Amino acid sequence: MKMKNFCCLIGFCIIVFGLLACSGEKKELPSVTLMTHDSFSISNETAQKFEAAVGAKLVVLKSGDAGEALNKAILSKNNPLADIFFGVDNTFLSRALEAGLFVSYAPKGLEAVDGALKLDPENRLIPMDFGDVCLNYDIQWFAERGKRPPAGLEDLVKPEYKGLTVVQNPATSSPGLAFLLTTIARFGEDGYMDYWKKLKANDVLVTSGWKEAYWGQFTAASEGERPIVVSYASSPAAEVFFAKTPPQEAPTGTVTTSGSAFRQIEFAGILKGAAHPDLAERAMDFLLSKAFQEDIPLQMFVFPALPAAELPEVFKKHARITAEPAVLDSGLIDRKREDWIREWTEAMLQ
Amino acid sequence: MKKRLYLHPYALAGLVPAGFFLVFYVYPLAGIGVRSFFKNGQVNLFFLDQVFQSPRMLGIIWFTFWQAGLSTLLTLAAAFPCAFVLSRYAFRGKGLLQLLASIPFVLPAVVTAAALQACFGKDGGMFGVGIAHPLALILLAHVFYNFSVMLRIMTGFWSSLQGRIREAAVMLGAGPFRVFSTITLPLLRPAVLAASTLVFMFCFSSFGIILILGGPSFSTIEAEIYRQAAHLFNLPLASFLSLVQILFTFSLMWVYTSFTRRAARFMPKAEQAELKKPVRVWEKLMVAGVAVFVVGLCTVPLAALVVKSCMYEGRFSPAFYTALFQNVSGSIFYIPPVHAVQYSLLFALISLLIALVTGTCAALFIRFCDQRFTPAWASFFDPLFMLPLSTSAVTLGFGMIITLDRPPLNLRTSFFLIPIAHALVGFPFVVRSILPALRSIPQSLTDAAAVLGASPLKIAFTIDLPLIAKSLAAGAIFAFTVSLGEFGATLFTARPETPTLPVAIYRFLGQPGAMNHGQAMAMSVILMLVTALGFVGIENFRKQNPEGF
Repeated sequence: MKMKNFCCLIGFCIIVFGLLACSGEKKELPSVTLMTHDSFSISNETAQKFEAAVGAKLVVLKSGDAGEALNKAILSKNNPLADIFFGVDNTFLSRALEAGLFVSYAPKGLEAVDGALKLDPENRLIPMDFGDVCLNYDIQWFAERGKRPPAGLEDLVKPEYKGLTVVQNPATSSPGLAFLLTTIARFGEDGYMDYWKKLKANDVLVTSGWKEAYWGQFTAASEGERPIVVSYASSPAAEVFFAKTPPQEAPTGTVTTSGSAFRQIEFAGILKGAAHPDLAERAMDFLLSKAFQEDIPLQMFVFPALPAAELPEVFKKHARITAEPAVLDSGLIDRKREDWIREWTEAMLQ
Repeated sequence: MKKRLYLHPYALAGLVPAGFFLVFYVYPLAGIGVRSFFKNGQVNLFFLDQVFQSPRMLGIIWFTFWQAGLSTLLTLAAAFPCAFVLSRYAFRGKGLLQLLASIPFVLPAVVTAAALQACFGKDGGMFGVGIAHPLALILLAHVFYNFSVMLRIMTGFWSSLQGRIREAAVMLGAGPFRVFSTITLPLLRPAVLAASTLVFMFCFSSFGIILILGGPSFSTIEAEIYRQAAHLFNLPLASFLSLVQILFTFSLMWVYTSFTRRAARFMPKAEQAELKKPVRVWEKLMVAGVAVFVVGLCTVPLAALVVKSCMYEGRFSPAFYTALFQNVSGSIFYIPPVHAVQYSLLFALISLLIALVTGTCAALFIRFCDQRFTPAWASFFDPLFMLPLSTSAVTLGFGMIITLDRPPLNLRTSFFLIPIAHALVGFPFVVRSILPALRSIPQSLTDAAAVLGASPLKIAFTIDLPLIAKSLAAGAIFAFTVSLGEFGATLFTARPETPTLPVAIYRFLGQPGAMNHGQAMAMSVILMLVTALGFVGIENFRKQNPEGF
């Protein structure tokens, strides 16, 4: 009886290790490792193009959300986990540069990229994509009630929008932080707290993350009862793209008028001490090529940095690029982030 | 004589968990601690101000404690009567009921939250009972989550209590109340304490539930560690808070273990407790009441989830399930559901094995310390082995990055990091489940065997292990479940080519669009089914091999 159990156990172990051995095989090409956050995505087709263009396999190492992945890269900088890091955004830019993580390299095609996106003059971090964080609203909800959707940040504190808005905690959510920065850019360091106090008096709801706000409270996406949510300017396009039968018009609208949207720019760079620096340079060239840049919108629902990249139909129709996004210096963000978040927390959550 | 003592197999067994623990727990944490607290050879303690001068931080610490205590009491109140009925009566559908009660434990927090909101959401949900207050939802979620832990441990223990003493007391004229308070309750105390301690630990380090249901006004130490480490990169403060958690867990467990050792350990093991059929009306009512309660607490939210996953635009439709098999955007990270199921099961089985082996060795070692060595050691090691339960995953993950980075231990991106991490969390469950059973084996039994010439190894395989088989199975189920439900988006998604079900659920929830949400619900239902099947599998395996596991 004992014997039978024992045999089962041994048999199981053999199966497990057999499986592992199979999965560990086939390694002819060298590989380039790309460390990134959990939201990174690339299509199969483009990954194959990567292999052909770079002459190396692409290995993706997802390491948590944007802040966590960067912190892991900083912790492992003496013995880096990857060749390239993808996904430092402009709120973390100065932390990444000060940590001395990256080496300079200007990939082909960089000259064509809009100067407003290039925040590192030494080209250690190269802009890859951008997305605007802004207010989204439920078109049907406002239409049914004959109400006017909000036109800008100022509307949210008016009595007719009382109890309609859900935002995220800037301490735990990246769109939440972007929205806080929007208000700082818009009302100034002296005025933003007044705005938030009015928002609180107008019964704003704060959730800890984007998922809870969008899937838990937003009327267009859940059973919730808030028709205004902080999300991305590309969210309506995603709503259309991920519908069973794509509707003619997106069910949600965005508010992107002057200074009411915050531009998140994502960067990539070659890690200092990378195992394959030459392959990493070719990989950076590929990341800024049309092949990868045109893959970005439908994979990550943000806009490509390369102007020559053609946008997919659903983006052309349903996603808008903000004309005048709110801008804050990334060095200032890094210095003051903690203070702002603390002030915000004390005013909003106590 | 002394020398032979050290070569006792149970003493050697202690080396297994010790090695496992030192390498995968102590070493990474020490690494991150040293890096945080010492800067350029000097002790760096500026963060103390940030804790003790901030009313918010002190509030978080206080809240962590009292919500955990309250959640534990509520769970105990819910599970105690159910455990009584389940351990006394045999009735049809009992196995199913126990299975249903176990499923909530495995669901990722985001799914639990969705299920609870579907039931008790703001609109009044299913029954017109709206629970708007986040605190009430947190407590409900904790009860929903931990009910099965409490129920399993107590039922397992209670059904092994011998009926004969009870009957003797009744013969001698004791009323049911007196029997309960002077016999059953004292005998039951170790199991109640063990289960409550586990549940308290779980609620104490609750993370996902608090983050999602609590909204931002409620935060636990664990959630704060995550915020400080992942977003503000304030490693010193994060490490300090982790240390607070660890020290607290250790002291609580130390008190608990010393208490259980002093408590009466007279717990004769029954051949197999005789289960009654409910005959009288009040007995039937009681069974029915428990059935209704378990179904209400555990099944209704789960059913709401299933319904949600099958409804598309108000009509019944398998749309979300068929969509699971289509890669709409051609992403390289598209997760075919079959793969997710395979990897989830593979990881769960490997971590079950690791947890079971290390956990059993640890329990045997503690038993050895109690019995033949200085009991003081037992009260040191026992709490030590509980620590992974309340250690922040982010802190541990960061520690692994800076310590396990050189061959032969370059595990930072290894496949094995996932089952190892899961086993680290599953292992305390195994220890907690089998230790009370192991301690209940009378010393005279093993002594008799030894006198009759049985070697320690033979005693282990013919007496100790068979007698704890049932508890071992409970431990195995916990280890398995913990691994299946661990979503590890914070720590272990490093390898997108080996996704697990919870990771897949999170991926779907990361993007807007009705199909994504629906698919996340469908994936959750699959996770539930896989868990249920896993349970049935383990139970069957145990039943076929009643003499050992």
